[in-house]
Amino acid sequence: IMSPVLLKLSEKTTTNMICDLFQNSEDIRCKCICPPYRDIEGQIYKQNVSLKDCNCLHVVEPMPVDGKDVEAYCLRCECKYEERSSGTIKVTIIMYLSILGLLLLYMVYLTLLEPILKRRLFGHSQLIQNDDDVGDQQPFANAHNVLSHSHSRPNMLNKVEHAQQRWRRQVQEQRKSVFDRHVVLS
Amino acid sequence: MEVSYPACSPSEGGGGGSDEPTIRLLVSSTEMNGAGNLMDFLDEPFPDVGTYEDFHTIDWLREKSRDTDRHRKITSKSKESMWELIKSLLDAWSGWVVMLLIGLLSGTLAGVIDLAVDWMTDLKEGVCLSAFWYSHEQCCWTSNETTFDDRDKCPQWQTWAELMTGHAEGGGAYVLNYFLYVLWALLFSFLAVSLVRVFAPYACGSGIPEIKTILSGFIIRGYLGKWTLLIKTVTLVLAVSSGLSLGKEGPLVHVACCCGNLFCSLFSKYSKNEGKRREVLSAAAAAGVSVAFGAPIGGVLFSLEEVSYYFPLKTLWRSFFAALVAAFTLRAINPFGNSRLVLFYVEYHTPWYMAELVPFILLGVFGGLWGTLFIRANIAWCRRRKTTQLGKYPVLEVIAVTAITAVLAFPNPYTRRSTSELISELFNDCGALESSQLCDYVNNPNMSRPVDDIPDRPAGPGVYNALWQLALALVFKIVITIFTFGMKIPSGLFIPSMAVGAIAGRIVGIAVEQMAYHHHDWIIFKNWCRPGADCVTPGLYAMVGAAACLGGVTRMTVSLVVIMFELTGGLEYIVPLMAAAVTSKWVADAFGKEGIYESHIQLNGYPYLDVRDEFTHRTLATDVMRPRRNDPPLAVLTQDSTTVEDAEALIKDTDYSGFPVVVSRESERLIGFVQRRDLTLAIKTARQKQDGVVSSSMVYFTEDAQQLPASDPQPLKLRRILNLSPFTVTDHTPMETVVDIFRKLGLRQCLVTRKGRPATHGSDDEPGPGVHHVQLDPSRVHSTSQTVSKGTGSRPAGSLWTRMKL
Repeated sequence: IMSPVLLKLSEKTTTNMICDLFQNSEDIRCKCICPPYRDIEGQIYKQNVSLKDCNCLHVVEPMPVDGKDVEAYCLRCECKYEERSSGTIKVTIIMYLSILGLLLLYMVYLTLLEPILKRRLFGHSQLIQNDDDVGDQQPFANAHNVLSHSHSRPNMLNKVEHAQQRWRRQVQEQRKSVFDRHVVLS
Repeated sequence: MEVSYPACSPSEGGGGGSDEPTIRLLVSSTEMNGAGNLMDFLDEPFPDVGTYEDFHTIDWLREKSRDTDRHRKITSKSKESMWELIKSLLDAWSGWVVMLLIGLLSGTLAGVIDLAVDWMTDLKEGVCLSAFWYSHEQCCWTSNETTFDDRDKCPQWQTWAELMTGHAEGGGAYVLNYFLYVLWALLFSFLAVSLVRVFAPYACGSGIPEIKTILSGFIIRGYLGKWTLLIKTVTLVLAVSSGLSLGKEGPLVHVACCCGNLFCSLFSKYSKNEGKRREVLSAAAAAGVSVAFGAPIGGVLFSLEEVSYYFPLKTLWRSFFAALVAAFTLRAINPFGNSRLVLFYVEYHTPWYMAELVPFILLGVFGGLWGTLFIRANIAWCRRRKTTQLGKYPVLEVIAVTAITAVLAFPNPYTRRSTSELISELFNDCGALESSQLCDYVNNPNMSRPVDDIPDRPAGPGVYNALWQLALALVFKIVITIFTFGMKIPSGLFIPSMAVGAIAGRIVGIAVEQMAYHHHDWIIFKNWCRPGADCVTPGLYAMVGAAACLGGVTRMTVSLVVIMFELTGGLEYIVPLMAAAVTSKWVADAFGKEGIYESHIQLNGYPYLDVRDEFTHRTLATDVMRPRRNDPPLAVLTQDSTTVEDAEALIKDTDYSGFPVVVSRESERLIGFVQRRDLTLAIKTARQKQDGVVSSSMVYFTEDAQQLPASDPQPLKLRRILNLSPFTVTDHTPMETVVDIFRKLGLRQCLVTRKGRPATHGSDDEPGPGVHHVQLDPSRVHSTSQTVSKGTGSRPAGSLWTRMKL
């Protein structure tokens, strides 16, 4: 039970954090592109102004031409208002990379580590019949063996294990259809 | 049309005896899962009856009647109490809730995919030092060091060579960049194919041919599952970022349909009824195209024209809703920083002239020719992959193609960047503000026109440079896409086709523009193109070319035009787009009637009866029906003289997907039809659950079982699983009518009778054994018609089973 002051402070910091995450003040800009004019080179001007100030007069600073040429110069410039959400980009990329990383780790575990672990735990004898499968690489080869050794474990873990083995069998079936027999998705 | 299935729906009382308590008991026993009822044991509905096996077709009529029953039940119960009324309202609204959820999830996933692709594509060339999650454009967003000529350069973003060695230019830096580009491309594609292979093999390919087949009634379990969804999303990003010549539109349709399937499982209205589920999937496909192109209306039309099989008006409205929600969600995520949904949204409105229709039609012809070439070559390559050793090394194949693509793509600046950026640049009109090589026109220094109305100018050396680079890129893309589409990674076809068309269009556009400028006194140009006027817009030619090529490959018509003008915002350009699309479709249809998706369906042998095909041969049902003259007689069950053992033997010895039930073997009047799967499950359940059912028990399909002496084993009543209204046609029905019936009603089999009795082969007056039936394997309709058309005079060979050859 926090005191009201602390509560309010923590509320404010969280909202601030969320705001900072999703709305950076640098995330709006007005970009003006001005082509070459007489002897002045082409230039790009950017400023963090709002939509109503997004025109040549506000953004192009310092103005490279004098008084009466300003209008002619500004007519050729094109100003566009753009906004982005840098917080969204950051969150999305980091989330994507973490999901990709998790999948890669799981894949490495299934293909490389699990057979080694099983071999150490259950000995060589059970694996001999699985090694001789032609054609199919079998990352899920020990499904049935594991299942049969798990009677003593509590119910929840059993269910998870069971579901996982069922999923592996499905994926093996799919792999056979797609990669080996070429009946689907060739 | 309403078809009543009194025997099939468990909610109606099919068993004899007292109706009222039986009905209530049945209803309650279906709701209480597994709670045993001691009373009326024999009338218990069999579990799983009415579901379908993998790689089988659904029974559309049964699903429709089930849904009508369910709806009737809910409506009648809603008058009872307030709670029931609320439940009925919730049931009515569940459809819209599902659409909303599909739109939200599809939009979110599409936004994630777009952002991730944007970043990872640039990762091949360099990295942003200030924040590694920014792509090149985002990294330089806030910097002030960008100049007019080098709009992309800023100190925060460095290429790999610059990062590693400190040199940005020079031969060594180039080679290092090249090497790292190829390395990243290989890494991405290797990860993609490994993930697909290990976790979800169904996630490879485009997905649209399989979704078409699923929507026509086929079942592929796991194709729209959760793991497929996850892996397809993740590996799509990897595949597109690796620089391969593929797009993400087809896979996005698959992703959206997976979302649709996912949300269907929340509501029993959709999860238990395969027909209703397919309505949701049609709408989900529309949402998928909507987020891929930023074209909601185009998405709905695409779903109507290309993907769906049955598309009632209710689905039209719901698809539109789903597509809109998806588009709004994507806009809220705002992946491109300027509230546009797609990377190549162009906004110019320069007019076009009637004389330009000639080059547009030429572009249409090019699109049609390219479409034909691509389809033939790609199908040949895929067939080779399917039948030879090439198919045994999918991972190596992906790596090899990626290596070749990356090595050849890097030197040409137009292929080095992502295909979407290329298309965006080609669609763009060259104002005074562009500094790319393609816009290197010779400017009049005294020109004082506003930026939008630049007159035609002579091309500078940069343009000629760009032209031959583009020509090389065109040849490269034409060749490499043939080998890329169909590999074991998610691959789409829209973007590469549009790229090919855009390159061709732009080249033609620049050629016409320069011709108009340099030869403005020729007759053709004199009328519409004065010197000092803005006549030709090469960007428009690029758009028209893209539409032509896309139409040539997929044979889309209305949806293509709508997608293109939603993409570009130019309503003025509808006529050129239509001209090109129509021309390319005519030219391509002259060589072969099928688009790429139908060709892949045929290659895989899916049972898909195309609604567009016409069956033009004058055969009758009697010519096609089975069993043929020399075949063993038809396998039937009698209504009250078959034992369980006989039935099991029948199931074991034959592989028909169903059996007719007749009154007796002497008078073979038809009672109904029973599906193989239902029969197998019923017998299996009866043997396990019901006491006293043994091999010599009698199977009854009648309403009232006869009173048997107590010494006889207990009978098995299977009236419940009998379909009392199978479709029958007479033997003189022309095959075109039969095929039409199959198509329009979604039948799987239909029975042939003569003079009210089962039709036979053999001499006309002899009553022979058995009813005959026609089971149509749609993928073989073509081969049948071919044999007949060859005029051999023999009966059309073989037939026609709905089951896949698995």
